[in-house]
Amino acid sequence: MYEQIAANKRKSALIFFFFLLMIFALAYAFGALTGMGTGGLVFAALIAGGMSFLSYWTSDSIVLAISRAKPVTKEEYPFLFNVVEGLAIAAGIPAPRCYVIDDTAPNAFATGRTPAHSVICVTTGLLQKLNRVELEGVVAHEMSHIKNFDIRVQTLAVVMVGIIALLSDWIMRSLWWGGRGRRSGRGKSGNLGAVLVVVGIFFAIFGPIIAQLLRLAVSRKREFLADASGALLTRYPAGLASALRKIADDTEPLEAANKATAHLYIVNPLKDIKGAVNKLFSTHPPIEARIAALEKM
Amino acid sequence: MGALLILLAVVAVVVVWIVGMYNGLVGLRNKCENAWSQVDVQLKRRYDLIPNLVETVKGYAKHEREVFEKVTQARTAAINAATVKDQGAAENQLAGALKTLFAVAEAYPDLKANQNFLMLQEELAGTESKIAYARQFYNDMVMKFNRMQQVFPSNIIAGMFHFQTREYFEIEEPAAKEPVKVQF
Repeated sequence: MYEQIAANKRKSALIFFFFLLMIFALAYAFGALTGMGTGGLVFAALIAGGMSFLSYWTSDSIVLAISRAKPVTKEEYPFLFNVVEGLAIAAGIPAPRCYVIDDTAPNAFATGRTPAHSVICVTTGLLQKLNRVELEGVVAHEMSHIKNFDIRVQTLAVVMVGIIALLSDWIMRSLWWGGRGRRSGRGKSGNLGAVLVVVGIFFAIFGPIIAQLLRLAVSRKREFLADASGALLTRYPAGLASALRKIADDTEPLEAANKATAHLYIVNPLKDIKGAVNKLFSTHPPIEARIAALEKM
Repeated sequence: MGALLILLAVVAVVVVWIVGMYNGLVGLRNKCENAWSQVDVQLKRRYDLIPNLVETVKGYAKHEREVFEKVTQARTAAINAATVKDQGAAENQLAGALKTLFAVAEAYPDLKANQNFLMLQEELAGTESKIAYARQFYNDMVMKFNRMQQVFPSNIIAGMFHFQTREYFEIEEPAAKEPVKVQF
């Protein structure tokens, strides 16, 4: 447990510094090629520092915003609040805030930086389809992610790796279209073109590393671990097993989820995509294996 | 001179070790107390909900006097329980009485449709599971605290400073694990 927490903090720091480095390199390359000289170094440091801290402090809000989650009150959802408060007592941590996604597909995730600043988010479909013991199982699973600091790694992975992936995607695209523009004769600054070429090569090299980092961060083992420690909280593994089966049997995909946030959820919310490639990049172990592990407890 | 330094070093190590053990024991004792106050908060919450519930049910089912009396008595007994052990027994009584009350409520469709009753039922079910979780956390802490007082070498320190083992808070498992079922 404590090793797990230490490992998660290490991984978070790794992602953080990797992000800092990438943004710094990017800003520096931009500065150098547009002829900013030594001023470029300061510029790069400021941009990198600013972006890193901003993403660290706002990552949970960003994730919640992407997922279209809304904060709710106890008067609206007494059932959810009672379950969350109960399991917070069992886990011995302060009760996380509750958010709800208005979607009939049942699913849930947790986010935040520390147990004191954490959020549990469920869909309205989950609240409708599960009974108390099942919901307790799901919330206990999320509570374990919070207690283990999995939430910090996963949330940083979404935001920081997401920003880098987005930038690389954007630069590759503008490189492609920019190149076509020049060929068709419209004049573009040669300097800017050179910047984009360098940056494009840079990302082409680091792209696989980014992907590897993401896979490292969202290791599938942690889902089994959260299932097990969740069962330890409720002392009733059958509740979570039955909830997982209900969630898996529901074929409706969750609209607010995408590839960047899919690994946060208790069950992969992107249900329509199947095939070998998807399996290779799968962030979740197969449901059947998880249920079998729970039933053996 | 060298021997004296070694002796001083040994004494220092022993003192640091005793302090560490002692602080560990005090820390666990405080955790137990904190965990018990969590249990207490939830138990009080349940005592507060019961009169409301009884009043609501009375409005629809006047003739079930025996049941109301049983619930009220069990509640009073639970509030007055002095030791952890008595508390456990009293809570068992109360849980049983509440079960009967909800069983009686089943016979009154109007009552089951009452918004206030449904809310109280959800609150009570939520509180029951919170009691169960608070109890679980308390018992885990007590287990750690008691174990540290019993195993060598921390038992020496515990004996020296007169630490006392705490009682577990026992409630019949099935009643606590399966709180009043609420279906939406």
